[in-house]
Amino acid sequence: MPAVIPFQRFLDEHRGPVYRFLVASVGRDAADDCFQETFLAAMKAYPRLRAASNHRAWVMTIANNKAMDHHRARMRSAIPVEEVPEVAVHDPEPGGGQDTWEQVRALPPKQRAAVLLRYAGDLSHREVAGVLGCSEEAARRSAHEGLKKLRLELTAT
Amino acid sequence: MTPLTPPPFDPAALEAATARFVAGAQPDVAYAVVGSPVGDLVVAATPTGLVNIAYEDFRGGLDPVLENLATRLSPRILEQPARLDGVRRELDEYFAGRRHAFDVPIDWALYSPFGRRVLQATAEIPFGQTATYGQVAAQAGNAKASRAAGRALGANAIPIVVPCHRVIGTSGKLTGYTGGMHRKEALLRLEGIEV
Repeated sequence: MPAVIPFQRFLDEHRGPVYRFLVASVGRDAADDCFQETFLAAMKAYPRLRAASNHRAWVMTIANNKAMDHHRARMRSAIPVEEVPEVAVHDPEPGGGQDTWEQVRALPPKQRAAVLLRYAGDLSHREVAGVLGCSEEAARRSAHEGLKKLRLELTAT
Repeated sequence: MTPLTPPPFDPAALEAATARFVAGAQPDVAYAVVGSPVGDLVVAATPTGLVNIAYEDFRGGLDPVLENLATRLSPRILEQPARLDGVRRELDEYFAGRRHAFDVPIDWALYSPFGRRVLQATAEIPFGQTATYGQVAAQAGNAKASRAAGRALGANAIPIVVPCHRVIGTSGKLTGYTGGMHRKEALLRLEGIEV
C-alpha cells in the first residue's frame, strides 16, 4: 500500500502549477481568491483521494471548477454601461503575454478550459479529457479549435 | 513545441496566497519543527490538544513522522507554527529550567484505555523524581502489569511532556527511550537527577 501523503506535501507539490493555471484562467487579481477556494475544497475532500490516482489532474479539476465559478459570477455581475471608457489597446505579445491569456479567457467555455488546462495547467490531452469528462480526441479538438481562434496557427502538441 | 507559454507571475504572490491559505485553514493536525537542547522536535497538535512530539532525527526525518500521523490520525496535516506557540513556549520554559509541569491540553486519541492510564500516571511523576515500571503500572490500576506498562511507555507519542524519561528499571537502570538513551540521560540531568 503506498504511504498516505500528508496534505502539506500535497500542497508543496501542486501549489505552483495550480497558481500558474489560475493566473492564466482568471487573471492575477482573482487568482488568490480562487487559489484559497481550490485548496480549501481540496483539503476537505483529500481523505477520499486515492494514493494511486492522478493527484495533479484531481487538483486541476477543482481549480478549473473554481475558475468557472468565477467566470459565471463575473458574467452575472457584468453591468452594461452607456459610455465605454477609452482604454489603450496593445498588440498581443507573441506567445504568453497577459493579453494573449485575456484572449483565451474570451473563448467559448469548452475551448477555453481545454486550452488553459493544456497550456497553463500543463496537463496532457488525456488528463484534460479526464478533467472535462470528454474523450481524449474531443479534448485535443477543443484545444486545437481554441488555438485556431486565437490565430495562433500552430499545431496543438 | 508549445504554442502558448503560461503568463508570468510574481513568486511573492504565490507565497502570499499560500500563507493566506495556511493561516485560514483548519487541518486535523497542525505541526511545527521546534529547536531544543536535545535536538529538533516535530511537535503536532489536533484541535483537542498536543498529540505528538517526535525527535526529528530518530526515524529518518520529518516525512516519516508526518506519514505516521497521516496514517494514524488524518492526512489533513499542515505546518502551522502559530497553532503550536503555546507548546513551544512551555517547552522553552522547561528547557530553561523555569517550568516543572506542563499545562497544554493533550489529545489521548492514539492509545488504548490502559495505555492512556499508564501515560497519565507517568504525567503525574513530579519533575526531578523517578518511578519504576511497577509503580506506574500500579498507579494505572494493575500492579502486575509492569511489562504492559513498559510497552505502553514505549508507545508514548508525547515524550518530554509525558515524562517517560522519569520511568526507570527497579534496579535503577535507565532501560530504553524513544529518541535514544543519551536523550533520556540529558533530560534526567536537566532535572537534577544523577545518572
